[in-house]
Amino acid sequence: MAIDTVGALPDENGKQRLIVLEHAGKIDPEDIEAYMAVGGYATCSDVLQSMTPAEVIEQIRNSGLRGRGGAGYPVGLKWSTVAKAHGSQKYIVCNGDEGDPGAFMDRSIMEADPHRVLEGMMIAAYAVGASRGYLYVRAEYPLAIKRLKHAIKQAEKHGLLGINISGTPFSLSLQVRLGAGAFVCGEETALLASIEGRRGQPRPRPPYPAESGLWGCPTLINNVETYANIVPILREGAEWFASIGTERSKGTKVFALSGRIARTGMIEVPMGTTLREIIYDIGGGIPDGRTFKAVQTGGPSGGCIPAAHIDTPVDYESLKQVGSMMGSGGMIVMDDSSCMVDVAKYFLEFCMTESCGKCVPCRVGTAQMYGLLEKISEGRASLDDLALLEDLCDMVANTSLCGLGQAAPNPVISTLRYFRDEYMAHIVDKTCPAHVCPVSRKEAVR
Amino acid sequence: MTRVVTLKIDDIDATGREDETVLEVALEHGIQIPRLCALEGLTPVGACRLCLVEIEGTGRLLPACTTRVAEGMVVKTNSERLRKYRRMTIEMLFAEGNHVCSVCVVNGRCELQDLAVRLGVDHIRIPYLYPKRAVDASHERFALDPNRCVLCTRCVRVCGEIEGAHTWDLMSRGIDSAVITDLHTPWGESDTCTTCGKCVQVCPTGALFEKGMAVGEMTKRASFLATLAASREDGR
Repeated sequence: MAIDTVGALPDENGKQRLIVLEHAGKIDPEDIEAYMAVGGYATCSDVLQSMTPAEVIEQIRNSGLRGRGGAGYPVGLKWSTVAKAHGSQKYIVCNGDEGDPGAFMDRSIMEADPHRVLEGMMIAAYAVGASRGYLYVRAEYPLAIKRLKHAIKQAEKHGLLGINISGTPFSLSLQVRLGAGAFVCGEETALLASIEGRRGQPRPRPPYPAESGLWGCPTLINNVETYANIVPILREGAEWFASIGTERSKGTKVFALSGRIARTGMIEVPMGTTLREIIYDIGGGIPDGRTFKAVQTGGPSGGCIPAAHIDTPVDYESLKQVGSMMGSGGMIVMDDSSCMVDVAKYFLEFCMTESCGKCVPCRVGTAQMYGLLEKISEGRASLDDLALLEDLCDMVANTSLCGLGQAAPNPVISTLRYFRDEYMAHIVDKTCPAHVCPVSRKEAVR
Repeated sequence: MTRVVTLKIDDIDATGREDETVLEVALEHGIQIPRLCALEGLTPVGACRLCLVEIEGTGRLLPACTTRVAEGMVVKTNSERLRKYRRMTIEMLFAEGNHVCSVCVVNGRCELQDLAVRLGVDHIRIPYLYPKRAVDASHERFALDPNRCVLCTRCVRVCGEIEGAHTWDLMSRGIDSAVITDLHTPWGESDTCTTCGKCVQVCPTGALFEKGMAVGEMTKRASFLATLAASREDGR
């Protein structure tokens, strides 16, 4: 059959480095033989035959790999926590509930190279002592679901999944579970509740899933891209992986480029590559002769980085320092035709509609903040409203139960930090400099 | 065996068992922490965020109702920052629903009202949302006025965990969340409700009330819960 999946964007200036996406778009994702022909499952069988679980964890720890789902928690540390947790039954979960606007990295990985994810999970399950696992994939990704299910069946037929894998005492069964359309189910405790068949709502941590996860058992939960990094680390060695990237952020990161940029699509770059290199050298810059204004990273939990910080290297710490975050890897480029108040409003509307409603600050706070942004964009707001908006940002960020609420104010905070003059134009001068918001339509009538 | 730990809560030396929560230990030492969703005898959910406390060494605020005590822990339950956040939380609840104390059956005996007074909420800076919510008075003895609901889910938990009927549940999400009976059928038509009235007694506001009560006439009696939960624990 034809290979209909998408790989990374063409690498014209040698700025990219394909590790996670090495097979994407090059092999038939529905054929396990194609994956095995490029060395697939050899790493897993080597690991099962010749390494102890502790040695595997040691390798991952030395590689410096950090979670690719957004928060950047050290993967080796998480694995050793689950490995050490008491319990005869342990679970392994793959978080494929990618839901950030403008993010399609995990989808592409699952669709283009499903066996790579499975192999990573198998190694992880062996390392932590898990015998059952789930891949939680959002229902809006039917092709990814179909390919993962197909891949699991093929792996079972080849004796790579099931009982006594490769003739060793290690056994693992994997199942795909479908998310039912709630962004918050990407939050790990809500995701676990959803797998258990309950309402997808987060709960306070601790206890962390590593200690008490699925049905109260120790559970390892990592993101799709994290699992896709496991095979190359064990194949090439921890030192090799640790030699790529920056001091505290190792390896590469896959990003989904979208918005006002000449070439949109997936890219994979070493950590520490600057935003300028990504946007201009790989993405081809801003089209239609317009000027670059800001880039939004980290999805609704992230922030907008202005042109002044375009030489920021992409790694966990640097992005945090400029008021954004790594997130799962969405990158939305904006030019001077975008209004930053409108951008903040868009992301806040997303958080408001995706709030589960369990805790008060997120349920009521996001709705109130959205109302205030609407007022600002319509030219009805006063400076008191702006002060209240800033108070709400602080309160919602510090008191919400889960990451969704805690990060919901970020788009507002970061646009206020870099584009306060635009807010003032809407509030004081009753005009939208980019002519996007309703206030500028009123202006035209006047 | 459960160990006993010592800790400091608001500069008071306190002792607790390591399976106890910060809230439980604080209450044992006479320290009140504001709360709406936590209730002795029900599983804590950490949803109202009123009982958030500062714990030295952790960068973030943690709910006292779900956080276990630990040896040497230093807890602050009443800083200026916490008081500010609590006032905003109460303001948010008042702005979210339609709370009109002067016509409410629990006026003067309402946990939300009491907290507002205690925390010094004398005006609401947050815009009122004025939602349209229909009263369900189809049950023969009780009624639900969702305008007064703060979504603490005590009714959901007492019905599922104590009565075992699971009549109450939640529907929708975010600002549209609401408590419902069965699959959003009228309460009076519910075939799981046992008419035990536990939900009414644990409800912190006038959202669930006994019919036939006038303004300020209803007193909630949630004390049965602790006794019931304790005797079940013993039975096990």
